Amino acid sequence: MANRRIGKSTMRFATPPVIVSAGTVAGPMEGRGPMARWFDEVVPDDMFGERTAEKAERRFMGDAVKILLKQAAVQPQQVDYFIAGDLLNQIITASFVAEDLGMPFIGVYGACSTSVQGLTLASALVDAGFANLALAATSSHYQTAERQFRYPIELNIQRKSTSQYTATGAGAVLVGQSGGKVRVTEATPGRVIDMGVKDPNQMGPAMAPAAADTIFNHLADTGRDPAFYDVIITGDLGSVGSEILLELMQRRGVPLGDNYADGGVMLFEGVRGTGVGGSGCACSALIMEGFVWKRMCDGEIRRALIVATGALLSPLTWQQGESVPCIANAIALQL
Amino acid sequence: MANPGTRKHKADDRAKYQKLASSIVPRPPLARNTAVAFGVGGLICVVGQAVMNAFIASGMTADEAVGPTLATMILIGVVLTGLSIYHHIGEFAGAGAAVPITGFANTIAAAAMDFKREGYVLGMGAKMFIIAGPVLVYGILAGVTVALIKWLSRG
Amino acid sequence: MDYVIAFLVGGAICAVGQVLLDLAKIPPAHMLVLFVVVGAVLSGFGAYDRLVEFAGAGALVPVSGFGHSISRGSLLEARRLGVIGLFTGAFEFTGLGVATAVFFSALIALVANPKA
Repeated sequence: MANRRIGKSTMRFATPPVIVSAGTVAGPMEGRGPMARWFDEVVPDDMFGERTAEKAERRFMGDAVKILLKQAAVQPQQVDYFIAGDLLNQIITASFVAEDLGMPFIGVYGACSTSVQGLTLASALVDAGFANLALAATSSHYQTAERQFRYPIELNIQRKSTSQYTATGAGAVLVGQSGGKVRVTEATPGRVIDMGVKDPNQMGPAMAPAAADTIFNHLADTGRDPAFYDVIITGDLGSVGSEILLELMQRRGVPLGDNYADGGVMLFEGVRGTGVGGSGCACSALIMEGFVWKRMCDGEIRRALIVATGALLSPLTWQQGESVPCIANAIALQL
Repeated sequence: MANPGTRKHKADDRAKYQKLASSIVPRPPLARNTAVAFGVGGLICVVGQAVMNAFIASGMTADEAVGPTLATMILIGVVLTGLSIYHHIGEFAGAGAAVPITGFANTIAAAAMDFKREGYVLGMGAKMFIIAGPVLVYGILAGVTVALIKWLSRG
Repeated sequence: MDYVIAFLVGGAICAVGQVLLDLAKIPPAHMLVLFVVVGAVLSGFGAYDRLVEFAGAGALVPVSGFGHSISRGSLLEARRLGVIGLFTGAFEFTGLGVATAVFFSALIALVANPKA
């Protein structure tokens, strides 16, 4: 076997699988942000005409997959594995979509880091020869996340200075052995890091240490500098979280430069009412599978490190006074 | 970052991190928030006063007017919630929207609207008081206890 | 004039709530519970009665006034009916409001949907 793990935790793919196709569907809020033109579809009604927001979220994920399959001219039956997850209890969105697609299903949960988690597993399955084509998808929805983790939609609640806005949308990515320019070269799954942040309104500060840990480990494992990459993008630390990350990396002696950006900030830059940035599984997915992938196909970005960050809290443990354990999963994409 | 070591080591790391984080996390605009809460809360109370005066003008005593006034303010809160307006007021005014009884009504109406998707019995019916519940529970606990003490001590 | 006083007192009570939210970082639900309990306690001292006399709706409309109303009703009915009155009185002034809240919230839920 030529596959190797390098360093402590980085998977280096011997014959890097390629991204055959990707599909992104976003809601109206996301449509108002500067990244909108990189999405395949922007939907004007975040309820998708459905009775419940939970049903609507499934439509987002389902549509992202449909768009991707159409672009790749691939039938659902040709896909070997479907790896997906979302924010809702029992990853119910992914399960229902999997039923609809009829592909062998591997459900994953990484909170807002699910996009990279799914892509990592899909790439590993293809690289190891278990699959010709593996599909990874994730979604989130403002209303379903609010209902589950926070409060009823119409409740009079005041956002805090560090609050983020759950992105509504879905991203799907198809990984194969050939048929795409963008190669998945390495993946660094993260460790769960908990620095004692208890406030669910401070997701950025909670996740920043995890992002620092994973980025540091990835660079150490691969022997690379931050400057190796054209872009290093965290999933959804928000403006406050990313500031903390920059400080943490500085203190570790591996400062991040101008090539660093945060997906949550990018998604909602200039959009009123979105706090310090976007969050949710869709955030990193829309940025990675919309913006980054398309720019790489154009040749504008040659090497990207995507570090999706997730806050692994449950609504119950937060109420019980527990802190928020977080994770960051990194994946390297290269032309 | 050091390997997850002893519990003390972990606690030290966390304390250090909290310090770093609090130096970067922006503080809430206290002055602005307090001023807006004052203004909006005050205004809602002015509306309440107008309602109360109307009831008194219609012939009720001040005491008799209390119940109807609270009920009217609650009704206003429910309607504004249904129109999807109150949560904007809440975002803007914080405690200025939460503290008046209209806010109490908002929590009930918002929960009702939201949880009806899980059905009218187990959804809306069961969860209508999910946010307002504590106010009722502790209001009754405190109110009855205080009344009991006062009644026993002075009759 | 009573409007001005209602504005000032009601506003001040809300301002205190805001400070608790922002400075003491108390969750909103806890803050409201604190207010309703304080209202009930101050009612026991007779202090809240005086505040209501002074500020009218400025004291009644904030949720502390709700606690006061529960306490006051409970006391009045206890004096009239004994122990039973302690409990029937809790809703003497507040019952109308609670029933109204339930009834019209259910109605509104029937016809209106949440909008983000």
